Formats: sequence, structure tokens, C-alpha cells
Amino acid sequence: MSKDTLFDKVWDLHKVSSLPGGSDQIFIGLHLIHEVTSPQAFGALKDKNLKVKFPSRTVATVDHIVPTDNQSRPFKDNLAEQMIETLEKNCLEHKIEFFNIGSGNQGIVHVVAPELGLTQPGMTIACGDSHTSTHGAFGSIAFGIGTSQVRDVLATQTIAMNKLKVRQIWCENKLSNGVYAKDLVLHIINKLGVKAGVGFAYEFAGPAINSLSMEERMTICNMSIEGGARCGYINPDEKTFSYIKNKLCAPKNENWDEALLWWKSLKSDANSIYDDVTKIDASKVEPTVTWGITPGQSVGINQKIPLLEELPPDDQFVAEEAYEYMGFKQGQSIKDTPIDVCFIGSCTNGRISDLRVAAKVIKNKKVSQNVKAFVVPGSEKVAKEAKIEGLDKIFLDAGFQWREPGCSMCLAMNSDKLIGNQVSASSSNRNFKGRQGSPTGRTLLMSPAMVAAAAISGKVTDIRDFM
Amino acid sequence: MIKKFQSPVGPISKIVGKSIVLIGDDIDTDRIIPARFLKCVNFDNLGQSVFEDDRKNLKGKHPFDLKSNKGSSILIVNSNFGCGSSREHAPQALLRWGIRAIIGESFAEIFYCNCIAIGIPCFTLPKKLVKNIQENKNINNSLCEINIQESTFKSTFFNFDLEIKNSSKNMFLSGEWDATSTLLANKKLIEKKINDLPYTKFNQSNELFETI
Repeated sequence: MSKDTLFDKVWDLHKVSSLPGGSDQIFIGLHLIHEVTSPQAFGALKDKNLKVKFPSRTVATVDHIVPTDNQSRPFKDNLAEQMIETLEKNCLEHKIEFFNIGSGNQGIVHVVAPELGLTQPGMTIACGDSHTSTHGAFGSIAFGIGTSQVRDVLATQTIAMNKLKVRQIWCENKLSNGVYAKDLVLHIINKLGVKAGVGFAYEFAGPAINSLSMEERMTICNMSIEGGARCGYINPDEKTFSYIKNKLCAPKNENWDEALLWWKSLKSDANSIYDDVTKIDASKVEPTVTWGITPGQSVGINQKIPLLEELPPDDQFVAEEAYEYMGFKQGQSIKDTPIDVCFIGSCTNGRISDLRVAAKVIKNKKVSQNVKAFVVPGSEKVAKEAKIEGLDKIFLDAGFQWREPGCSMCLAMNSDKLIGNQVSASSSNRNFKGRQGSPTGRTLLMSPAMVAAAAISGKVTDIRDFM
Repeated sequence: MIKKFQSPVGPISKIVGKSIVLIGDDIDTDRIIPARFLKCVNFDNLGQSVFEDDRKNLKGKHPFDLKSNKGSSILIVNSNFGCGSSREHAPQALLRWGIRAIIGESFAEIFYCNCIAIGIPCFTLPKKLVKNIQENKNINNSLCEINIQESTFKSTFFNFDLEIKNSSKNMFLSGEWDATSTLLANKKLIEKKINDLPYTKFNQSNELFETI
């Protein structure tokens, strides 16, 4: 059993009680909600005649269903309009802060909370969205919950949960040129498998993690869930504190000093005990691309798609399903796979640094004529910053479409969808069957730089050839 | 006549019904309920759309379309079932189709918690045993009974022991799987906790965090 890790400390601090059944009652410091997983929770409160216990501990935004082309209201899609209206109504009725479209603070919930300074070290954070693990990049303990637990957080600010085990993933050395946080996390998931994290919180540590920026760290923690871990985190350091400083909701003046004092005390002890430790050599990671239907099915850009016999027996069933669905042959090269659609965005890679990297790749170049390429900034703040820096113009000049902020084609709840069996190069997080809106659509996950390179060349390309 | 849907309530100690076999590892929640069906403000109509795209692709041959599986309530799956998105819409769709318990090699974490929270017990079995059950041709012909207290599965063709976490088992037997009232009972402890947390103090001046 783990001891004295950051996870243990934050868990113990937030434990309200041991429940009769054997799980713990955990206080949730920050609750984030959006339009998709909250309406039924508010409905359940009404049915049970309950109120929101601490309305100021919940913050809302709208992201999943928003159109990224025309955001004028009412939305063209009646169901989407109904969902945003329901959220507006619920937030108004329960006095919950809501960052609506046009507020300047709307965006993907996991982009918005960190950029507002809401996400802070040592907090417990929950949201009805599996990518809540993103916030662990700040040394908070953050996890996705379902709608019934959203109801519980609204009604009690607590949830019932079994304590997780802790696995440290120690990343040695540094990423080489042209290799990004996305490649590292895809590599980790490939090495450990998509279900290795079930029952665990992942602590990402080591020199390779320390050298990452906060936005890169968010990319890593974001995809913990793709490795099966509901929660992933990184011990906070100076980079964490300076990212938060002066953000809208960051503690100010003497409160800042007090916060900093506490935050600095928050990390896994040097002699803390983990349930498991795994080592990864970051210097060996190549630009990585998924070839299959789970985020674990990936290869380095210069590797071949594995032969069935090379895979562990337990992975072979899904591999066969993946070859068939994706239309790939065993042993085929992933490089030069033709691409139809390029998507840059999502809570994994829709932040300003992601846009900067992609813009650098495409500057003074043109999108391949067979490719539809579009950029969806992660938030209104990201979009604003990008415009100040002229990134939107670089994208538009190259032939990308420049869209409004939202989740967009990561999960295709709006009108941004693949058509038929189109192949997308996507900076998002899931390559599941049908994930990007077409039941036969195919997704190749990769870093934003690799998506940008694919957009220019019209096929999967080694970004290092562009540098 | 269509039976009106009723959500599980109170203590759950027994599930009786036919079993339905679904083969495949890493079946994610996007497949259980594709994202376009998440555009709803209640869960009422999800049952008919469960596995919509997989079913369409298999043109009537998907287990959830086979006549022999009609009315089944115990779902038998493989490993990492329910991975991916936290959408409770996935277990809600299964529940509304008629599933009342799931037996599998392993479950994704958030999916498992969502199942508990809506009253669907999930049990695990070793890979080999799941395979034996899935390959038995009589599996959907027989009435099966799961006893949660004993953690057993009984039918004309099979009898075996099931594994379930003790905390989950206790919650189903006591009815505490519906957690809200249990959590609310600790109102004073919750109020004490919010006052004790270091960050509620230094975020006090923040208008979003002006709680206490």
C-alpha cells in the first residue's frame, strides 16, 4: 500500500469519513460541470428535493456540443440548443458561475479551469468527464465521475470512492528534438497497456517530466485515463506556481504567500512508498502514431504496424479487430498513410503552445489539396492569444480552417465529423471505432506538430523531416 | 405491452434472468453509446440506441439484436469493458435495454463506479472461465441466478463462484449504492472539512470561492 505520496497526502486531507460499505467519503475541492453530463444530475436533485450544497465550489462552461462554425443562438441543432439552455437555467437557478460563449472564458473545461487559476495544487477536482485527470498536472488529485456522482458532488460536495493504488512512472532522460509530450504519453500507454492503470493513480515523475512545460504536463496527465488510470498527477514545482500566478482566480497578495507556502510542502516524500514503479526512457521515444482502435495501439513513425504474432496473446483479439477496421495490414509501415482530415484541438492538445508548434510547422506552406484541415482552439482565451500572435493568419494562409473553441471533432457531438471511412490525423485522445462521428471513420492520434506535417504532405510524415 | 422501465431501488441481493454473451476486449463507452446520443437532458430513450453502430455494422447479428437474447439481463463480457469516456449514458443505456448485472474479466474504473451508482453489480471471473461460459451454446437458454451475498452464479448448465469487491457487495446488500443519503448523513463532517482545508482560506478573497 502506498505511503507518503502526494496522492496519499491529498486523499487523507480530503477524507470526510470511512463509509460503512468500506469506501471513503472524499471532499471535492473544485467541481467542474458542462452541458452533457450535468442535466440529469440537476434533474435528480430536483427529484430528491435537494439543493446544491456549496454553489461556489462548482464552475460551469459549455464545450462538448458547441458548434465551431456559427455560434449564434439559437444553435441550428435543436438538441444542442436545448442542452445549453438547460445548463444556463440550472446555473442560474443554483447560483453557479457559468462561463458561457462570448464571456471570454468559455472553452473546453480542462483548458479553462487551469487558465483561470481555478486548478491548484493539493485540491481534489472532479468533473463528469474522463479527461479530468488533466488537472493532475498541477499536483491536484483529479478524476472523472459519472452523472450520479455529479449529483452527489452537487448535493454534498463529496463522493464515495475506494482509495486508489499509486504507480510511479519514472521517465528518465529527455525527449529528443521533434518528440513531444503527446508522443511520450502514447509511448507510455503502449508500453503499459490500456488497462494497466485500472485501480491506480499514475504519478508521472523523473527528469523528462520535470523538463516539460505546464501545458505539456497537462497533455501527459490528460491521457492517464487512456492507460486505464482514472487519475494521473505530477508533483508541483516552480513551473506550476509561476503558471498559476496572476491568473484570474489565483490567490492574491498575502494569500498568494500563504498558498505558495502550502503548495511547496505538497509533494511525494523522497522515501514514499509506491504500489508499483515503472521506468521509461524518454530519449528512446520517437514521434508516435496510433494505428489501431485503442490508444495503446501505436508505433514510432519509423516502425511497422506489429505482426499479430509479435503481440502478447491478450492483445491479439483487439489487434485483429483493429487491422480489419483500420484497413491496415500486419507489418505495414504507418509512414505515408494517406490522410483525409487533419484536426488540431481538444483538451489534450488544444492549448496555445500546441497551436504555436503547429503554426511553426505550416508557416509559408500549403495544406495538401486532398486534405481538409482545421484548428479548434481549446478556449476563447487560447483563441484570443493566438490572434494576438497572428497564428490564426498563419493557419488560414496555409489553408486550414480557423474555428471557434469547443471539443469539436475529438468526439464529434457537434457537426464536425468524419464522413464514411475517412482517415483523420488528430491531436485528440481517442481512436475508438466511430469516435470522430462516422461509424466507419478512422483516427490516427499524434502530436499537433505531426498533424500539421500530415496536413502539408497529405500523409503521415516524420515531423523531423520538416525541421 | 411494453413494460415500463423501472430503475433499481433499495438493497439488491439477487439477480435472476437469462444471460447474454458479448465477445470483445476494450469495448469502450463510445461503442456502448455513440456520442450523438448524448444530446439529451435525461436518460429515458437510451435503451434502444445501445451499441447502435456495432449493431448496424452487424446487420441483425449483434448479440443485442438476436431473438434468442431478448429479455436477457445478465451480460457476460471480456476484459476492460467500458473503457474510455465517463459517460454514465453507457450503463444507463444497458440498464434501459434490460441489463441488471455484468460479469466480465475486468472493467474500466469509471464505468464500474457508474454501474454501482445506478444499481448494476459487476462481477469478475478469470479469463478462462469467461471463455468457457461464452462458448457454451446453452448459455442463453437457461435461467440464471446471481446471489450477491454468496457471490454465486447458478443455472442449469453452470454453477460457479463470482468475485466482487467487498465494498461493492456491501453497498448492494445495504442499498447504499445509491450514495447520496449516506453522504448527506455526514453533513457536519463535510462542513468541518471545508473549513479545515488550507485552500478554502487562501482562496477566500476570490469571488468564485467565497463559500464560507
